[in-house]
Amino acid sequence: MKPVRVIEGRAVPLERSDVDTDQIIPSDWLKRVERTGFGRGLFSEWRDDPEFVLNQPNYVGATILVAGPRFGTGSSREHAVWALMDFGFQAVVAPSFGDIFRNNSSKQGLVIVELPAADVEQLTRLVKDDPSLLVVVDVDHLRVEVPETGWQRTFTLDPMTRERLLNGWDDIGLTMRRGAAIAAYEETSVAPSLHGLFDAEGHVVH
Amino acid sequence: MAPRTLYEKIWGEHVVASPEGEPTLIYIDLHLVHEVTSPQAFDGLRLNHRTVRRPDLTLATADHNVPTDPISTPVHDPVSRRQLEALDENCKEFGITLFPRGHENQGIVHIIGPELGVTQPGMTIVCGDSHTSTHGAFGALAFGIGTSEVEHVLATQTLPQQQAKTMAVTIEGPAPVGVSAKDLVLAIVARLGTGGGAGYVIEYRGEAIRDLSMEGRMTVCNMSIEAGARAGLIAVDDTTIDYLRGRPGVPEGEEFDEAATRWRTFVSDDDAVFDAELTLRAADLVPSVTWGTNPAQVVALDGIIPSPADFTDPDQRNATERSLEYMGLEPGTAVRSIPVDVVFIGSCTNARIEDLRAAAVVANGRRVAGTVRALVVPGSHRVKKQAEEEGLDAIFRAAGFEWREPGCSMCLGMNPDQLKPGQRSASTSNRNFEGRQGRGGRTHLVSPAIAAATAIKGRFASPDEVLA
Ligand code: SF4
Repeated sequence: MKPVRVIEGRAVPLERSDVDTDQIIPSDWLKRVERTGFGRGLFSEWRDDPEFVLNQPNYVGATILVAGPRFGTGSSREHAVWALMDFGFQAVVAPSFGDIFRNNSSKQGLVIVELPAADVEQLTRLVKDDPSLLVVVDVDHLRVEVPETGWQRTFTLDPMTRERLLNGWDDIGLTMRRGAAIAAYEETSVAPSLHGLFDAEGHVVH
Repeated sequence: MAPRTLYEKIWGEHVVASPEGEPTLIYIDLHLVHEVTSPQAFDGLRLNHRTVRRPDLTLATADHNVPTDPISTPVHDPVSRRQLEALDENCKEFGITLFPRGHENQGIVHIIGPELGVTQPGMTIVCGDSHTSTHGAFGALAFGIGTSEVEHVLATQTLPQQQAKTMAVTIEGPAPVGVSAKDLVLAIVARLGTGGGAGYVIEYRGEAIRDLSMEGRMTVCNMSIEAGARAGLIAVDDTTIDYLRGRPGVPEGEEFDEAATRWRTFVSDDDAVFDAELTLRAADLVPSVTWGTNPAQVVALDGIIPSPADFTDPDQRNATERSLEYMGLEPGTAVRSIPVDVVFIGSCTNARIEDLRAAAVVANGRRVAGTVRALVVPGSHRVKKQAEEEGLDAIFRAAGFEWREPGCSMCLGMNPDQLKPGQRSASTSNRNFEGRQGRGGRTHLVSPAIAAATAIKGRFASPDEVLA
């Protein structure tokens, strides 16, 4: 993944709670075998509605999504993260997040900014009143701000996620450095091997 | 040694490395793979010239997107077909055992693991699917992962993880007659809310949980994710051991006894301390139905649809309004008066043999209401075969239910089994999200017995209304 240090852009207020991954990217889209092109499916069931906030010309090109509590609950589909990023979002601000979604985001470089509900409301209000406001998410200093109004909050990321974002590290590469520890663990592992349980066609061997 | 919870025991046995300032690296004993969340992971391996470290700890099945029409019918949707073919090709290339559509061992990934006996106590199990929590019923630490993590496990058989907090959810006393495993877990999700379990691994305890069969325990653990928890666990006991005995993946004879002795250690120590606790009285629980668009929006089958005015929290009031609108429901409506268009009996929550038996008892000798389309989708070919041997298929067919081939089917509507806009379903699956079962579809989650009774009556109904 690419390093992420500072995200600057306009923000869209979604004003919905419990936005689950089925709403972010409906299952119809999950049949694809590619990793790109999911932006067209983002919130697709809502985007038919001309009133839907992402359809407002004021918010076109925004890079930060501001949502209600429990954003990204539900299924494990990483497609939700791919869709948000493919659409152009680089950060999501909300009071809380689905656990797997948060994990998936960190693997792709989508920045998760968790703030108290009251702060999210303030930010929502600011960008509703003036959609042109520039919002800055600073991963290095763990800060989100609206420079024009002086509004500023800090947020937390676990230190490793922050490091990985800042450096654009690939998780698998990091783990592979521990090949010796993995091999040593396997010496004592009691995980039952499936080897010999099934034949080449997958039938149980008796 | 200090007393430990079941979770802490499994975690402790799987630590590969715990480097300072980094997440712990844990070993994965079993990786289950399906067609939807894996193609991009296999691509990633190829791109980086990596292999699958332990194909012998990896098992694949086609489930999410397979049609449930007779096997002789081709997969018409070219995008679905392509994805199923990709799974075939990837498993061949990387040496992974695959159960493709129509295979005797094929089925929903969380149903086949346990029935083949490859899900065993004390293991760490992952799958690119959030309902991997199902396997926790065996005292295994099992959780869903995203595609990047699938790739990570394929390449290294490990995952960097933060240790979770532990929560004990205890249901005291025996469950009242007519209260199923599904009703227990709906009550738990309603109490915790969709975010209440976030950051925790839940261990389900208490008499009502211990009394459950393995099938019922899987139903409960399955929906842990609906409360935001990544995993659910139930301690190993005789019920667990008896279920495992004789399954293909399980050792035989003396080796079985040795394994069973080890498995029995996967219980929380008596004075182990949990980070959080929730206790419910089984006597307070009733047959339940979800009314809204998240699984915590639960009401008694005997109850009425709630009103936004019932909530003081503005956020909840808004969510309630939005849910009512989407669901096309008026506050105050008696649940039992609401007609349904479709009844779906299936999914990794409720498509095991016991679920089908519970539905068949209700369906036996009766007819599905003329206004209802009712489908029974067994969770796997093995479940289907057993049900047919018991004559359940004949009962369902005679009653006017469709008897279909195994797969996820209308649980998520990736295959042609979908709700049409505005259609209302009673579904034994686990998610009632907007559009989950098809665009504009309205889903109510229920137990298999209530689903069957609802199919007969054409509106939400309890088994005793039908059996009387
Ligand atoms: S049955 Fe539903 S919940 Fe279970 S694995 Fe399939 S799609 Fe997921």
